[in-house]
Amino acid sequence: MEKMSRVTTALGGSVLTGRTMHCHLDAPANAISVCRDAAQVVVAGRSIFKIYAIEEEQFVEKLNLRVGRKPSLNLSCADVVWHQMDENLLATAATNGVVVTWNLGRPSRNKQDQLFTEHKRTVNKVCFHPTEAHVLLSGSQDGFMKCFDLRRKDSVSTFSGQSESVRDVQFSIRDYFTFASTFENGNVQLWDIRRPDRCERMFTAHNGPVFCCDWHPEDRGWLATGGRDKMVKVWDMTTHRAKEMHCVQTIASVARVKWRPECRHHLATCSMMVDHNIYVWDVRRPFVPAAMFEEHRDVTTGIAWRHPHDPSFLLSGSKDSSLCQHLFRDASQPVERANPEGLCYGLFGDLAFAAKESLVAAESGRKPYTGDRRHPIFFKRKLDPAEPFAGLASSALSVFETEPGGSAMRWFVDTAERYALAGRPLAELCDHNAKVARELGRNQVAQTWTMLRTIYCSPGLLPTANLSHSVGKGGSCGLQLMNSFNLKDMAPGLGSETRLDRSKGDARSDTVLLDSSATLITNEDNEETEGSDVPADYLLGDVEGEDDELYLLDPEHTHPEEPECVLPQEAFPLRHEIVDTPPGPEHLQDKADSPHVSGSEADVASLAPMDSSFSLLSVSHALYDSRLPPDFFSVLVRDMLHFYAEQGDVQMAVSVLIVLGERVRKDIDEQTQVCGGRGRLPLKRFALHPDSDRQALLSQEHWYTSYIDLLQRFRLWNVSNEVVKLSTSRAVSCLNQASTTLHVNCSHCKRPMSSRGWVCDRCHRCASMCAVCHHVVKGLFVWCQGCSHGGHLQHIMKWLEGSSHCPAGCGHLCEYS
Amino acid sequence: MNRGGSSPSAAANYLLCTNCRKVLRKDKRIRVSQPLTRGPSAFIPEKEVVQANTVVERTNFLVEEYSTSGRLDNITQVMSLHTQYLESFLRSQFYMLRMDGPLPLPYRHYIAIMAAARHQCSYLINMHVDEFLKTGGIAEWLNGLEYVPQRLKNLNEINKLLAHRPWLITKEHIQKLVKTGENNWSLPELVHAVVLLAHYHALASFVFGSGINPERDPEISNGFRLISVNNFCVCDLANDNNIENASLSGSNFGIVDSLSELEALMERMKRLQEEREDEEATQEEMSTRFEKEKKESLFVVSGDTFHSFPHSEFEDDMIITSDVSRYIEDPGFGYEDFARRGEEHLPTFRAQDYTWENHGFSLVNRLYSDIGHLLDEKFRMVYNLTYNTMATHEDVDTTMLRRALFNYVHCMFGIRYDDYDYGEVNQLLERSLKVYIKTVTCYPERTTKRMYDSYWRQFKHSEKVHVNLLLMEARMQAELLYALRAITRHLT
Repeated sequence: MEKMSRVTTALGGSVLTGRTMHCHLDAPANAISVCRDAAQVVVAGRSIFKIYAIEEEQFVEKLNLRVGRKPSLNLSCADVVWHQMDENLLATAATNGVVVTWNLGRPSRNKQDQLFTEHKRTVNKVCFHPTEAHVLLSGSQDGFMKCFDLRRKDSVSTFSGQSESVRDVQFSIRDYFTFASTFENGNVQLWDIRRPDRCERMFTAHNGPVFCCDWHPEDRGWLATGGRDKMVKVWDMTTHRAKEMHCVQTIASVARVKWRPECRHHLATCSMMVDHNIYVWDVRRPFVPAAMFEEHRDVTTGIAWRHPHDPSFLLSGSKDSSLCQHLFRDASQPVERANPEGLCYGLFGDLAFAAKESLVAAESGRKPYTGDRRHPIFFKRKLDPAEPFAGLASSALSVFETEPGGSAMRWFVDTAERYALAGRPLAELCDHNAKVARELGRNQVAQTWTMLRTIYCSPGLLPTANLSHSVGKGGSCGLQLMNSFNLKDMAPGLGSETRLDRSKGDARSDTVLLDSSATLITNEDNEETEGSDVPADYLLGDVEGEDDELYLLDPEHTHPEEPECVLPQEAFPLRHEIVDTPPGPEHLQDKADSPHVSGSEADVASLAPMDSSFSLLSVSHALYDSRLPPDFFSVLVRDMLHFYAEQGDVQMAVSVLIVLGERVRKDIDEQTQVCGGRGRLPLKRFALHPDSDRQALLSQEHWYTSYIDLLQRFRLWNVSNEVVKLSTSRAVSCLNQASTTLHVNCSHCKRPMSSRGWVCDRCHRCASMCAVCHHVVKGLFVWCQGCSHGGHLQHIMKWLEGSSHCPAGCGHLCEYS
Repeated sequence: MNRGGSSPSAAANYLLCTNCRKVLRKDKRIRVSQPLTRGPSAFIPEKEVVQANTVVERTNFLVEEYSTSGRLDNITQVMSLHTQYLESFLRSQFYMLRMDGPLPLPYRHYIAIMAAARHQCSYLINMHVDEFLKTGGIAEWLNGLEYVPQRLKNLNEINKLLAHRPWLITKEHIQKLVKTGENNWSLPELVHAVVLLAHYHALASFVFGSGINPERDPEISNGFRLISVNNFCVCDLANDNNIENASLSGSNFGIVDSLSELEALMERMKRLQEEREDEEATQEEMSTRFEKEKKESLFVVSGDTFHSFPHSEFEDDMIITSDVSRYIEDPGFGYEDFARRGEEHLPTFRAQDYTWENHGFSLVNRLYSDIGHLLDEKFRMVYNLTYNTMATHEDVDTTMLRRALFNYVHCMFGIRYDDYDYGEVNQLLERSLKVYIKTVTCYPERTTKRMYDSYWRQFKHSEKVHVNLLLMEARMQAELLYALRAITRHLT
């Protein structure tokens, strides 16, 4: 140990320089290891075994150790390690079970030194003793660990794990005689090198294989382990029982773990599958990685810190056949992208808000909340002032209450219970729901329902409706394509935007052309639409003066909402353009090419639901008179739905969706399908792409799930179930398919009844007999909680009509709610 | 199944309505009634399958817990020779058929039907036709592939490859299925489907390999059940040399040379174990041994078909009844020896580069949660299952033998273990066994009772069932490895 520290301090004097860089290897790497001079790195894989010099600007191939005409399996390396005392000494573990040592000092081309063929299965790991020059340890798939003295021809001692394959072996850096080994069955064992008969200590660290472990370079007893269960755990081994100190949950099984030099709580990990990044974690902050390196295109298989006392250089090898040097300062830091504020509404409008302490302290005086403010509750972490993010990690939680006595959500429950969603003709449904809304004093909603009725239930539209239906479909296809294009590369190109508009315009002009079969001339009715636009706009201005409470929200809410389904950037300029340009007939002629049309269309749409009481109603009446097909309104209805959803009234949005069913679905689906149709991997907890996130939010599915969530929080189980059942989106109706099993225990022997729900196979009795008909109840069983007699739902109901005593004859006066 | 003795008295305890009693009695009769035919398997005499009471209890418990039909079918009866394994088998099967998963229940059974149809396994098809209808599947689909949604039809290609030549699956196949569009599969759905396909391909191997008899099911109610036709019906296949075999099995233990066969095998195992340390083959030799084994597997069946199948219907252009082929396309597509395709020379699958434990598990579990653990347990169970016996000998370490069987199956699918000496396969597995292995894993529908009887004559039937389990799981793992590797490549 003395020797070791002397060596490293001597090295510590030299300053490492370099930059983030990578070089291409000829083949995928399986492992890498760094020479103690921090200037060379060895890369080993199935068909590669090379030494690279790390220069300031690049990697330079220095030596190819894979020599010979016919490369043997001994060169197919699973692991490689460079001796930290001797620059000339390397060891590799071969997939065929051979341990090979290499002496770079040999004059011949073949540097192979010794061959140990004692393991029967693949050797997973080799490890040199940190201070002894001749001691090498290996761990193999056959469940054995062997210790070799390089001065002898075969192993000095063999350690049997008495269990499955050994995945990793590591000498303790501080304890001369100790090494740790990890196993496929989740165990970690601690051995004394002098006692091969049994291990000093064994404990189960992970569920499933433990792929790797690493001793802390400074803290004597700290061991980090990583497993297939996607966790990294830090154990304190100094205590009598190994104690779990920290646990980091990653998103994929952990293949390697390495403590970061000079940073007591940092460690680097890479994963075995799916995830290609390298993360550096602060173990005290296990949810967000401190740094992230994203250079590799395939899984990273080997990581190594370049110098044992320099925390800023990390080297890595990958299956994508590249070798990388990462600089810590170039790492991306997910913390910076994370939103440190959290906000959540309670069921009755209470608001909880968590934010950085400093932020809250500074601004709490100016908060414009009108609600009654409770004492904010503070959660403080125990801080380590030495750490740079100490300030970030502390946050405060405040809870704001709405005004007391606020029956604010009463309307929601009432509405949910009283709405009719299916089972009657559309007109009746609309009328009924309008009535409900009106009775609850929600006139705008009531008006909307009336309008929907007007739009969709007018007679005599069938022939044109059919025609334009197919056209509309074509148009929506185009839109969908465009949308998926946008999704793929989110470049905010204006090109895609205009093209999108054009396709929209096309679709509409087609509709219009085919509409000529209807009685009115197309031009005319378009003029009408365009014409009606202006007064609407004008009216908006009017209204704003009157009731700014609601409409002040409008520019923020409806407009960002509209472009969200297209592209966020261009909404405002377009709108202004429209205000400036008076709609004229020349416009209409070439409108397929002009982006204004869709812009104005969007305007109609976003305006429509707001001034529901007067202006738009008249507009839609005018339109109805000219016999427009309902499809003409689909854009408008869609935007209306978006409007309600944006306002937080998902109830309205979902109810309308369900009531209208097929009539509007395809329009809304344009977005949904794109977002929901992709095979989704579980989202990463961090590094969410902001755009894709917003897209997902927009989906119809999202409305459904939030509505269902709300209903369930209000315990409106029946309504929520009805909604799930009536929903048209597959993902939502799937909600009812999960966890549908109801486990029943036998009422006599109290054990689970598995094969049939009504007869116990163990005590051979029927669990539930109907007190009325004395038959077994196989379906719904209802019973009195007083005397616990009961039976078929129908039978009991019938019985109770005639008598209130228990049908079983026990004399109890049964009560059913 | 020998609950018959106790049932009359047990029935007296029942407090049942007449209606239920009827139902139960009917159930019971199915389970209890002594069959007029040969029991659950055509290969194994019935008395061999009959177990001690405790085992039966255990089995019945498992069946109640995990069987989808709620009855003790023939597969379960045969597998109940190895109760430990049976549990993990039923648990994983139950999980993929009934528990939370991305696919709707009828889909799962239809996929099982598609998979079984690749090997013309009428037993499994019948079973799942019933289940399919019971879970609310649309009866029309059973008319054939043309009647199912395009989405399911798209699965056909991967079903075909997976069943016969899994090494041909590439990430393009995966991409084609998951790319956005009308009939796309989400990755979790696809993984679920792949697991089901692999499971039922492998199970078909077991069904044929153990000569499972058709269920004696009185209710042939729907028109979709297949009546086993001579061509491929198991019992018929088994029957063709029944008389001859009956005499054989009767005098089995008297045959001297078969006894010495066993001794010789034990001797070889011992020698291999001892030789291990001193005799070390060079790398070139090791790799030639693998190649040799691969190549040899080529001749194993083609050579022996002459002797064991004089009938022409077992040729490649075997006639398949329309009943089965309606669930598949391209029925002529079959196993082709991995070693044969000299020209294109696909690279050997290096087991160490994509292992089940490291890679397969993580992927499967990520996309279809928990199935990984169940499969993991099943693979582990079958690999480590041992009673330390070999025929009449006790206290034998059979690890070597099990590993040879497992790796030989993988070898036929082109999966190579760097740390395995394929010379061992040659020493441990006699030719007749190799013929059997190859038939069961690659063309299970051609298995005959003669093949089953011709290897390891003095071994117990339960040990042969153990062999079948190993073959089944090895095959399933091989298919899964190829499919999952393709999915991984698609993801990266």
